[in-house]
Amino acid sequence: MKTPGVVGYLDSLYASPGDDVTVRVSVLDPARRYRAELVRLICGETGPGGPGPKEEPIPSGLAGEHEGREQPVPIGSYAIVDDIPPLDTVELSLLVWPTLPGRGTQALMALGPVRLVLDDAGAVAIVVDGEAISTRTPLRRRAWYRVEARYDPATGSASIRSTSLPGPHMDRIAEADGKLRTGVRGTGPLLIAAAAGPDGATDHFNGKLEAPALRSSNLMAEWDFSRGIGAARVEDGSGHGLHGRTVNAPKRAVTGARWDGSVHDWRSDPSHYGAIHFHADDLYDAGWEASLRFRLPEILRSGYYAVKLQASGPPFHVGFIVSPKRGSPRAQVAVLASTVTYLAYANYRRRMSPGPFELTMGALPTVDMTDVLLAEHPEFGSSTYDLHKDGFGVGHASARRPLFNMRPTGRFWNFAMDLCLIDWLEAQGIAYDVISEHELQERDGELLTPYRVVLTPSHPEYFSLEMLTALEAYLGAGGRFMYLGGNGFYWRVSFDPAHPGLIELRRAEDGTRAWAEQPGQYYHATGEYGGLWRRIGRPPNALVGIGFIAQGFDASTYYRRTLASRDPRAAFLFSGIEEDVIGDFGAWGGGAAGLEIDCYDASLGSPPHALVVASSEDHSNAFLLVNEEMLSNSRGVDGTLNSRIKADIVFFETPAGGAVLSTGSIAFVASLAQDSYGNNISRLIRNALDRFLDPAPFKLP
Amino acid sequence: MSLPAIDPRRLDLAAEFRARPFGRHSPELQALLDIMRRAENCQDLLLVSVARGRWVLGERQPDGKPPRLFHAQVFESREAGEWAAFRRRWQTLAGRELELP
Repeated sequence: MKTPGVVGYLDSLYASPGDDVTVRVSVLDPARRYRAELVRLICGETGPGGPGPKEEPIPSGLAGEHEGREQPVPIGSYAIVDDIPPLDTVELSLLVWPTLPGRGTQALMALGPVRLVLDDAGAVAIVVDGEAISTRTPLRRRAWYRVEARYDPATGSASIRSTSLPGPHMDRIAEADGKLRTGVRGTGPLLIAAAAGPDGATDHFNGKLEAPALRSSNLMAEWDFSRGIGAARVEDGSGHGLHGRTVNAPKRAVTGARWDGSVHDWRSDPSHYGAIHFHADDLYDAGWEASLRFRLPEILRSGYYAVKLQASGPPFHVGFIVSPKRGSPRAQVAVLASTVTYLAYANYRRRMSPGPFELTMGALPTVDMTDVLLAEHPEFGSSTYDLHKDGFGVGHASARRPLFNMRPTGRFWNFAMDLCLIDWLEAQGIAYDVISEHELQERDGELLTPYRVVLTPSHPEYFSLEMLTALEAYLGAGGRFMYLGGNGFYWRVSFDPAHPGLIELRRAEDGTRAWAEQPGQYYHATGEYGGLWRRIGRPPNALVGIGFIAQGFDASTYYRRTLASRDPRAAFLFSGIEEDVIGDFGAWGGGAAGLEIDCYDASLGSPPHALVVASSEDHSNAFLLVNEEMLSNSRGVDGTLNSRIKADIVFFETPAGGAVLSTGSIAFVASLAQDSYGNNISRLIRNALDRFLDPAPFKLP
Repeated sequence: MSLPAIDPRRLDLAAEFRARPFGRHSPELQALLDIMRRAENCQDLLLVSVARGRWVLGERQPDGKPPRLFHAQVFESREAGEWAAFRRRWQTLAGRELELP
């Protein structure tokens, strides 16, 4: 019952044969030794209803036992300005919107031993070499204050003041002055929202800061956070060139003290967006030293792989995708691995937090000992399903840290579930490549072009505009696409050019969501409008014929063929399938239709000529209509009462001779292996794939 | 004395849950589960896989700290773990131990 004794991450979620791969490892085990090997992943943990784990060791320079050490994680965001000369009299000012006042000392601006802080009580204080003068009046949560402080090292005189900004419920002015130690000089670097400690930044602030300014006899600077949104830069607007940078990707493009609700797109008037929201639990880059470097063999099958780390306890798999080498021959079939969705879910802590999560799931939350390790280490950061300590949603996900879900073990979901498709392709003897959404986004927008057929696995939920555009272009050019999952193409994410490996998500406006974006903050730092692709005007129904309709996490069910399945256009799909009921089996919940499901909806753009060839039925009480389908709450929205709660299998042809098959259920791929792969779900997908591989063009009806 | 939140005489609902913890439930069983799973009643339980095919109940802790594991009972299926959680909650809400033939 131990947790893994070692964790790690790679510099990229994908690589190709011949690439050099760097592994960054932290050994938690006191013995400080671990084993490493490269493995190709064929199937993950499926539970007793599936084939179970299959992995193939791959000889590499990685294999063997290694020494290591525990590596710290410098969690917490702040801004830093390096080029600060020694200062005499110091005047500091800024606007402050605290979200956790009274939760320990939190630095607002720090110049070595001279610090402007929120003290333990949540009041502002000027601290010089450990001595403090505080207003002793705590700031209110989520209210704007102007804070000013002054310290003269020649006399030791110091003052501190907080002034509530005008509003209907203004707080009173609080101020204090007195004498502090003399002769202490503020020194650079200047840290904003943290202070320098012996082991790195410490005393992180939680909340929003705006317009920090520093004045001394020999220096003046006023940082304008409305400039440089979308960058890791903070700009000195005073003209003195004292620019700085952010660390650990605090949230930009957030409403500032001037925001009055009249502006919602930060680009139209950035002056309303002069704040940065900092969190003590923001994390962009764990920054670990490289532990192992190895070269992927030149001849290596494309697929799902992992660097398997083993100390005490269960192994820690560091999953990644091996795509074909650029310019090399391609298979005709590609699996587009949902690496962006894996990243959005990475380090999901919500299941381990108190609350009525079970009411959503319809079953007890489940975790394993690797998840327990995550709970023991808050410094590994959270997922975009979690909340920061101050209650605001986590809107960033970074690949530069250990990712606890890129593994074939644990919750039968995402990465582990998607391996069911790989296992089936192997069992069928079908040649395939695995490519990743990250590669499509970052390296090659034409990545899909060489393939006759592209398959998605179970849950491609998070999509960027660039990924969506590439997929639409592929379909527009006659590509054949099989969407073998549920709740796909749902949320918009953006890739932050200033932070490689980081995605941003704003859960704006509507949707089935773990948290809601704040008013006025629906635009990403890239300037893109966030939220559901459905609300943005690019619904998944228009792309793949179906869109999200319900979710439930207790049991799966079956599909029943429709009259449309007898249409000659669909005959190839059901060749050799006599049954009306299909998929009444599977490794997740006993059926092919479950977890999160999608249905046809012409009003949302599902093509009118699409054939709904099968629909699921008999869903449980746990399945509830998604809230974006409801204008107001109502009864009758569970799977036992609502006829709209169904997964549809949809087929349609595209004008350029291509076609789309969508199956509308996350649990679908977990049925492929039933009865040694000899089942009607396997047959349906094999029939579809065989025809999709045939170059003969599909014709519109 | 306040009334118990659930009717301890409805052993038929307990039997229904034991027979089928996942999937369609009668409206009355679903209403009972909705009470049991509310934040104030759920006892913050979760299932922890301690090895392949072996589960224990755990208690979720504030701020997502590591769950407290109840090692006394090890279950070989999620269904068995669900039934154990049901029995715990029944005892708390009905005020008596759940005894089914």
